[in-house]
Amino acid sequence: MSHNESLSSSSPTAKGVTGFIQDWSADKQTYQVPWGKAMMWIFLVSDTFIFSCFLVGYMTVRITTTEPWPLATEVFALSIFGSDPIPLVLIAIMTFILITSSGTMALAVNYGYRKDKKKTVMLMLATAALGASFVCMQAFEWTKLISEGVRPWGNPWGAPQFGSVFFMVTGFHGLHVTGGVIYLLIIARKVSKGHYDKKGFEIVEITGLYWHFVDLVWVFIFAFFYLL
Amino acid sequence: MAYVPLADQDDAHALHDPDSFITKYVWSQDHKVIAIQYGGIAIFVGLIALGLSILMRLQLGFPDTISWIDPAFYYQAVTMHGMIMVVYLLTALFLGGFGNYLIPLMCGTRDMVFPFLNMLSVWVYLLSVLILLASFFVPGGPTGAGWTLYAPQSITPGTPGSGYGILLMLVSLGVFIIAFTMGGLNYVTTILQARTRGLTLMRLPLSIWGIFTATVLGLFAFPALLVSAIMLTFDLMLGTSFFVPSMIHMGETLEHDGGSPILFQHLFWFFGHPEVYIVALPAFGLVSDVLSTHARKNIFGYRMMVWAIIAIGGLSFLVWAHHMYVSGMNPYFGFFFATTTLIIAVPTALKVYNWVLTLWQGNIRLNTPMLFAIGFIFTFVHGGLTGLFLGNVIIDVPLADTYFVVAHFHMVMGVSPVLVLYAALYHWYPKMTGKMFNETLGKIHFWCTFLGTYAIYLPMHYLGFLGVPRRYYEMGNTDFIPASAQALNANITIAAIFVAIAQLLFFINIFWSLKSGKPSGGNPWGATTLEWQTPDTPPKHGNWGEELPAVYRWAYDYSVPGAEKDFIPQNEPGEEYEKTFHHKGGES
Repeated sequence: MSHNESLSSSSPTAKGVTGFIQDWSADKQTYQVPWGKAMMWIFLVSDTFIFSCFLVGYMTVRITTTEPWPLATEVFALSIFGSDPIPLVLIAIMTFILITSSGTMALAVNYGYRKDKKKTVMLMLATAALGASFVCMQAFEWTKLISEGVRPWGNPWGAPQFGSVFFMVTGFHGLHVTGGVIYLLIIARKVSKGHYDKKGFEIVEITGLYWHFVDLVWVFIFAFFYLL
Repeated sequence: MAYVPLADQDDAHALHDPDSFITKYVWSQDHKVIAIQYGGIAIFVGLIALGLSILMRLQLGFPDTISWIDPAFYYQAVTMHGMIMVVYLLTALFLGGFGNYLIPLMCGTRDMVFPFLNMLSVWVYLLSVLILLASFFVPGGPTGAGWTLYAPQSITPGTPGSGYGILLMLVSLGVFIIAFTMGGLNYVTTILQARTRGLTLMRLPLSIWGIFTATVLGLFAFPALLVSAIMLTFDLMLGTSFFVPSMIHMGETLEHDGGSPILFQHLFWFFGHPEVYIVALPAFGLVSDVLSTHARKNIFGYRMMVWAIIAIGGLSFLVWAHHMYVSGMNPYFGFFFATTTLIIAVPTALKVYNWVLTLWQGNIRLNTPMLFAIGFIFTFVHGGLTGLFLGNVIIDVPLADTYFVVAHFHMVMGVSPVLVLYAALYHWYPKMTGKMFNETLGKIHFWCTFLGTYAIYLPMHYLGFLGVPRRYYEMGNTDFIPASAQALNANITIAAIFVAIAQLLFFINIFWSLKSGKPSGGNPWGATTLEWQTPDTPPKHGNWGEELPAVYRWAYDYSVPGAEKDFIPQNEPGEEYEKTFHHKGGES
């Protein structure tokens, strides 16, 4: 929004509500952002509705089911090197990794705007690597739960819906992360080939928007599935 | 570096004119070709759904005359007719068809912002249609669960198509949602970000406002359908129990346990009710433009029309459970949702008043598109009023699942949008083809369709008051229904066949006119909006020739006192420039 001055045809002068209305009803562009970025924002709002519906569905089945819900602290505990099972240790590491990847992504966006292609590509690759390791650890977690007898249609500890929603929602999120990793790799390759030298590096920020969104969703999934 | 809007960067989106038949007509990225592809596919599946409805009517009007219509087929026909008409015909034709055609032309852009994504959208849509139609050829046939696909009935053995049929339906819906999302993101971004110089939001034609709001609704409502489809697929394929409680089916206890059938209904209708407005809002927009143009008068209360569209769009997310009064949900919900439902009638009624006031003292030209538009006002008022009955819990309970409901939603979201579709197809036909259609044939088509639909749906209200239940294959020995109801049913069937055959007139008209129609010229109706001001008709790739148009006024400068002609195109500078620029909207 800082480049409004350059728009001769519709430079908003007023501030506050009037300025907001002028922004919106001006000709040409409602938001002073590239088309791709506007589209990514709209897509993310739509995607938010998907995850919201999943989470509302999860809460509803958890309330309606008559059997007890398995205890997260026991189900998601892991023993390391023969120790007593530590609750939530794996998921804590996974969450830490995903949040870290948001940091590297933010740095990549920064270096993108500074036109430092090499650092941008390296940071995007780091982000992709962190994302991929998240997916791998999720696969490990799934394997462990499956070996303990958790299935979409039942589990040894209580309500069968536990397995159903767990696999469905973490799986859907995992697909988002996997898609994000592929997206990051494609864009990183294009950046390194000089595809955006003339166009500008907004694309890195657009990729970042998606990546941060996937992280943000994880925070909610983490809270609702592992902490409650 | 100062940020330059993309629309001003000439080299950023240089046009690559298609050079072969394939890139021009098949894998085309031109929004106009994509629009016609969308329209063609939608009308094709729509005709299949029309055929299914005739088969249903034959069974109801003349039970047991056609031997191969058995109860299972009847339910499959009901289901496929409903789903195809609502999603694959109306949604696709209004947004994919008219959205694609009109948005870039009315906004003065060369194309959608992401033409490649747009092309993907139409082909993925075709894929979803093919998956849907494939379900006619799998063991068990298509699903017969009713278009609402209520769980657990839709996936329980005994319902027709509870195996492959429902699976293909759910997959097809998922694919459709992907196609819609790709298209919808394009429409919204184009309208928000790529309008031409001078075209402020409050100067947009109402068609664009309708399509824009409906697309936003779609982007927020389809996720609920996607999620319910995924969960239902898991219940079907993986044996999860999201929607299936423990139940005894045909003497056997099913494996499922602890699911919530009402959850499916909530998710479905959180999509399903906005879906009604995804169909209705573009219809509201298109009909406003048709009425204003052919009444030679500005639309009455433009700003209120815009706010009404937005208000209806917002409220449509708060009324979904009025479809569920008899579902067994908490009765207090019914009170809340009845209230919101009646509130949504306020902006809707406002729109109807404004359409009528637009006609008031207008210089009305009763040509085919105008007749269809006026016909829409009749059917919409009619269907809207019965909606007030059904919105109240206490009246809905006895009327739920009777023919009154069938009559209501066919009037309000079947016939009404279809009449607008015809109005719009006739109205924009000269722009799409450069030819004028046959006016006489068009008028005969209108009167057959308009009077015919009343012959079909008015008696259904009466059947509903008698308590005739809907979705029944046949009445059987039902004491409370008099024998005369059967005579009425036979009448309805004859009227329905008559209306269906009358639709041939439309196809004869458009195909005959394509070859032999008179050249229409660029602006046969004397319309103000940008799409009628293109240098070529039909518009060429890139729409605008060398230079994009600039807009100096709102879309409704008809019969301006003192002006030379009875319309002033949006891109015509003039004395009114200052006035309209400073009073956005320029109510003159």
